[in-house]
Order: sequence, then C-alpha cells, then structure tokens
Amino acid sequence: MSAFSHPHLLGIEGLKEAAITEILDLADEYVEQNKQTNKKKDVLEGLTQINLFFENSTRTRMSFELAGKRLGADVINMSTSTSSIKKGETLIDTASTLNAMRPDLLVVRHGMSGAVKLLSRKVDCAVLNAGDGKHEHPTQALLDALTIRRRKGRLARLTVAICGDVLHSRVARSNIHLLNIMGARVRLIGPPTLIPSGAERLGCEVFHNMEEGLKGCDIVMMLRLQTERMHGGYFPSVSEYFTLYGLDYEKLENAKEDALIMHPGPMNRGVEIDAAVADDLTRSAIQEQVEMGVAVRMACLDLLTRKKRGEG
Amino acid sequence: MSTVTLYKNARLLDPASNLDMKGELLTEGDKIIALGESVEAPADAEIVDVGGKCLCPGLIDMRVFVGIPGADYKDTIENTGEAAAAGGVTTVLVQPNTDPVLDNTAHIEFLENRAKNALVNFVPMAAATKKMEGKEMTEIGLMTNAGHKVFGDCSSTIENAAIMNRVLKYASTFDAVIVQHLAEPSLSKNGCMNAGDLASRLGLPGIPTAAETLVLERDVRLLKGTGGRYHASQVTCADSIEILKRAKDADLNVTAGVAVPHLSLNEFAIEDYRTFMKLSPPLRGEEDRIAVVEALKDGTIDVIVSGHDPEDPESKRVPFEQAEPGVVGLETLLNVCLEMHHNGSMELLDILSKMTCNPAKIMGLESGVLAAGAPADLCIFDLNTPYTINAEDMVSVTKNTCFDGKPVQGRVLKTVVGGKCVFDYNG
Repeated sequence: MSAFSHPHLLGIEGLKEAAITEILDLADEYVEQNKQTNKKKDVLEGLTQINLFFENSTRTRMSFELAGKRLGADVINMSTSTSSIKKGETLIDTASTLNAMRPDLLVVRHGMSGAVKLLSRKVDCAVLNAGDGKHEHPTQALLDALTIRRRKGRLARLTVAICGDVLHSRVARSNIHLLNIMGARVRLIGPPTLIPSGAERLGCEVFHNMEEGLKGCDIVMMLRLQTERMHGGYFPSVSEYFTLYGLDYEKLENAKEDALIMHPGPMNRGVEIDAAVADDLTRSAIQEQVEMGVAVRMACLDLLTRKKRGEG
Repeated sequence: MSTVTLYKNARLLDPASNLDMKGELLTEGDKIIALGESVEAPADAEIVDVGGKCLCPGLIDMRVFVGIPGADYKDTIENTGEAAAAGGVTTVLVQPNTDPVLDNTAHIEFLENRAKNALVNFVPMAAATKKMEGKEMTEIGLMTNAGHKVFGDCSSTIENAAIMNRVLKYASTFDAVIVQHLAEPSLSKNGCMNAGDLASRLGLPGIPTAAETLVLERDVRLLKGTGGRYHASQVTCADSIEILKRAKDADLNVTAGVAVPHLSLNEFAIEDYRTFMKLSPPLRGEEDRIAVVEALKDGTIDVIVSGHDPEDPESKRVPFEQAEPGVVGLETLLNVCLEMHHNGSMELLDILSKMTCNPAKIMGLESGVLAAGAPADLCIFDLNTPYTINAEDMVSVTKNTCFDGKPVQGRVLKTVVGGKCVFDYNG
C-alpha cells in the first residue's frame, strides 16, 4: 500500500511524513537510473503529460519534460504565448478545453497563488503544481530535501536557514512545510520587509541579522530576490541588501563548518550570493539540486499515475 | 380611488418606536394610515391575513451596485429590483460607480428615470468627487437642491486629506452626508485578503486593518474641525470600533455600516481560494469579526448593508488574486442577520433597526418606520422557517453569493412598496 495516495500534488502542506519519505525513496532510485547510459523506463508509456506554463520558467519546464520523457510519457508543452488566455479565456475555460483532450497528467505553473488548485478541481487527471504565485512549489522543496538527505543522511534535527526574500517565495513556503513535517528546525533570515507576517506561527525562528541567524546552521538555503514581484522598495539598495543579507564567506563562517549552501536558481550573483561562494563545489550543492529535480519529478509523476496504471 | 389594505393578524415590529405587538396595519394608496391592536377599516378594504407572522418596515440597503448604466451584463435595474423585493428590501442606495459615474444631476436623473418602473425604490448616491477621482468635488449644492443627500466615491477612498477636508466642510452647509470607503490605497491596492498568518500561508498579498483605521482616524479628526455628517461605509475590525466610539463620545456626527459577510464570516472562509469570498474590504480574522458584532449590539455600528455587488462569472472564474471583489446579498440580507436573533446575541428589533429606521435617518428618508403617514413600504417575514440557501434559487442574474449552502432560519413572505405587493413567496 502506497503512503502517497493523493490524486494531485498541489503543495507540501497536508502531506504526511510517510508520503514524503516514499517520494524521496523512489526519487533515490531514479537518481541511480539517470546515471545509466539508458535513462529510459516505460512506466508512463501511453500516458499524456501536458506541461502548462502560464509563467516562464525554462529550467522547471525542461526538468518536468525530461522527467516525463524518461518515463516514456508523451509530453506536450504549452505556454501562455500560445494559449487562449491572452484572448480573454478564463482559467476554468482553459481547464475544460484541456480536459477534453484527456491528458493523464497536467503540470501547471501559474503566477497566481491558488490557480493550480482551482484548475485541479475542473479536470479529471492528476495535477502537479510546478509553482503557483507566492504559494507553493512542492517539487522544489522535495528536490531540496532529497539533496539534503543524500548529503547529510537525514532531515530530522538539522538546522536549516532560509535566507532572503521569503515574502515572495513559494519555494520558501513549501520548504518550511516540508522541513517542519520531517523534523528539521527552520530559521528564516531577512529584512523585516521581506519576511511574511506571522512567520513564527508557521513553525520558524525569525532573524533579521544574518550573522546571528546563521550560527550553527547545517544548511544555508538562499533565495532569489524577486524584484519582479515587488511594488515599491522593500530595501534601500542592492548594495545595502548584499552587505547585510548577501551570502559571502565572512557571513558563512557563522554556520557549521560543513554547512551546505543551496539556491533554487536562477541566481543573482553579487545580490543574494557572492559568485565565489556559489561556485564553491566543496560547499555548494546548487548543481546537485538541478540533478535531483529530474529524479524527484520522475518519482512524483510515477506515484501520481500508479492508481491509473492499476498499481496503486 | 386608491386601494385600502388591511394587514391583520400580524406581529407588528417597528424599531423606531420600539413596537413589538400583535395587531393590524392599514394602508391607503402608498401610505400607512393607521396601526394598532385593532384598526377600523372600510368594508371594501382588501384584507391580507399575515397569519401571525412578522410585519416590519421594508428594509433599506445602503450599499447596492447596479450594472446600469455601463455594465448591464452584470445585472439590470429590473433584476436588481426583483432581487431586492425577494429579500424584503424596499429601498436601495445605488452606488455611483456606473459608467458614466453618477457625479452630476443629469446622470442621476438618467438613473432615476431608468428606475422609475422598478419594483423597489432606487435612491442614487452621488459621487463626492468628479468621476470619483478624488480630485475635485462635485456639485454637492446643486445636487442637494435636487433632493440628493448622500455623497461618496463608492469603492474609491477619498485619499487626499485636503480634498476630504473641503468636501466635509462644503457638504456641512447642505446637511449632506459624506460616505467614505475605508481603504488607504497605498496599503490596500495590491492586496486581496486580510493580512496575517493565513495570507502568509496561502501566498496571497494582504490588506492590513491599518488600511481601514488610518482613513477612519484621519477623517474623524478632519470632521472635528469641519463639522458635517460622515458615514463610514463598512467597518471590519476592532480598531475601527475604538475610533468610532471615541468619535461618538465626542458628539461628532459619525455613523457606520457593516456588511453581512463581515458579521457572519471570517477570513478562513476563503480557504481554498474561494473567489466568492473575495470582498473589499476583505473578510477579517475572528477577533475582529466578534468585535464588529459586539459593536453592532452596543450601537456603535448603526447600519447593516448587503453590499450587493453582482459580478459576472468571468470575473470570478479566475485565480483569487485576479478575481473581482464583491458578492450578491440582497436576497440573503435579512435571513442571514436573523441568525443573531436565533442564537440570542441580539434582540430582533435591534437587528431590524440597522436595516430600517437607522439607514432611513442617515439618508433623510420618510420610510423605515411603521407610522401613520409614512410610506407603505413593508416586509412580511416568517421568523422561524428553516431552510438552506441555494444560489441557484436566487433571482439575481449572477449567483456570486458567499452563503450558498448555508442553513438559515427565517424567510421573506411578502414585500410591499408604496402599498403594492412586489413580492409574494407563495405566488
């Protein structure tokens, strides 16, 4: 009996520890498969996966595309520029149209929080949230967890600092939920203007001083500064931001010696992270996160279609 | 010869005179001519047996949006009238955000002409500033002379303090009331729900209660210097109540309203991104909701409104952030409010006062009371029938109610406007 029995993957909130562990365990197997010369399996053979991206993200879309193709699915990509949304069609109309094409998997990225959930209620197939507004980005949190687990051997009792623009970050929200569920200790570090209100009640410790917040951390997770989501100044200048909250070697010294540096990408070098730190392969797991992303997405696609394939 | 109608076997409820008794009421033409335990009626009077049910003044709703002119795809005057009648509402204060904006006598007359044959009374609220842009005040004097007493920029807050100062000062000459929407634009324009833990969790931009209190506090301070009459259209939070109490204690001419959803629901109703729960101002936290209910009880809040705002399906079939705020409410105004009577939190007459005599007084209307000489605008309702609200059964063209599926107790049976029955539940 599978611990992951959800019809969709819309977020991390509400998942149980066993379900997350099952995804990570399966993803571990796909990591190994992806290292082989023949990376293909036929578990999704005959199934149709539509990657529906209302917001640009080449990296995430490619990762899902690769994941689907490696599992044998027919993968179609659809982006806003070719969609009817620009002609005034509502999201629900789009969902009905797509549903009529009888896809088996919909991978959806949307700029508005809750949009993917809305869509999931209007279609018959499994929906996978590839990031909705400032709400959740579950596969990013899962790939971060897989990266951490492979490096540190566990998630429980680790101290993870999530630093920077938490307010606008769906990655942070998913990570906060996941790390809490798995028994890690979460710290949020950033200027008060970029930390959401009530963050403590999400199960986090909040720091506005980077040096203080990083003390004794096992993982330092940096976030991209999402200036495109900001209306008006949330901080006085990029240079002040980098001085106070940019990760450089000096600030990193406060964390544990073997602290792992992570970033969901794409990075603004010299803004939230110093280029030398980002490229330091002994400390940074940023490239590994990308690799884990494909495996995690393969695991999610596999698990979401098991029932349909008579294996659930 | 005008029709004489005797409403007998009624529970007469008149909040203005604190009347709650079994009795009869006689109307002739469009006026009430007598009421009491037993009234004398001519032999040829039409008899309406109320069957022991409640008879109160027709309800007056101070916040109703219509699509005419400019957006008839949302709802028409005729249809809004039908929805109002079905809800026991006999007078609606139409918001001025039509296209064109109701900012001069010509536009107002156009609306009045269009509404001449509607089932209920349509009273236009005039914009306080031209095109509701908050820059130049409208012809408040000329419009007051033409009989209009209520001015406001609807869902646009009069942001500029100097303009508001002038509007209050100028309107005070004409005894006009200025209605303000409490949403400080720089704090509210990018938000779509109450700011707080839930907004953080859902990843939605929040609107803090400070957006409301900053405007209210400022306006109250301006009122102190200018005099005049001020009505806070909708209050939603505990801090606003504190400001209102202070203003009332200082004998400033301040009144305030609250919308039914803010009395009955809190921010958790939007969980799952339900666009039918998106309002302006947004639904607040439970502590604020309780504070608002308490303020209604102690009289700090004077008026309950439906905030009836029909939005076409396309405006709601989108992600929460993109959805238009607004819900329909005319048909659920009374029955949802009766919950406060059934759960013992408020006296029936007290609840009814917020929808009858209080708004009438603010708007300068003769209706809203059961008294000889008053307009024969009446609402007959059964206090006890339990049923479940079903959006599909609604008269409104758009069904964007936030009370679909809610069990309620109490149903409007008959609505009378100007002596004519405009709604009869039993056909």
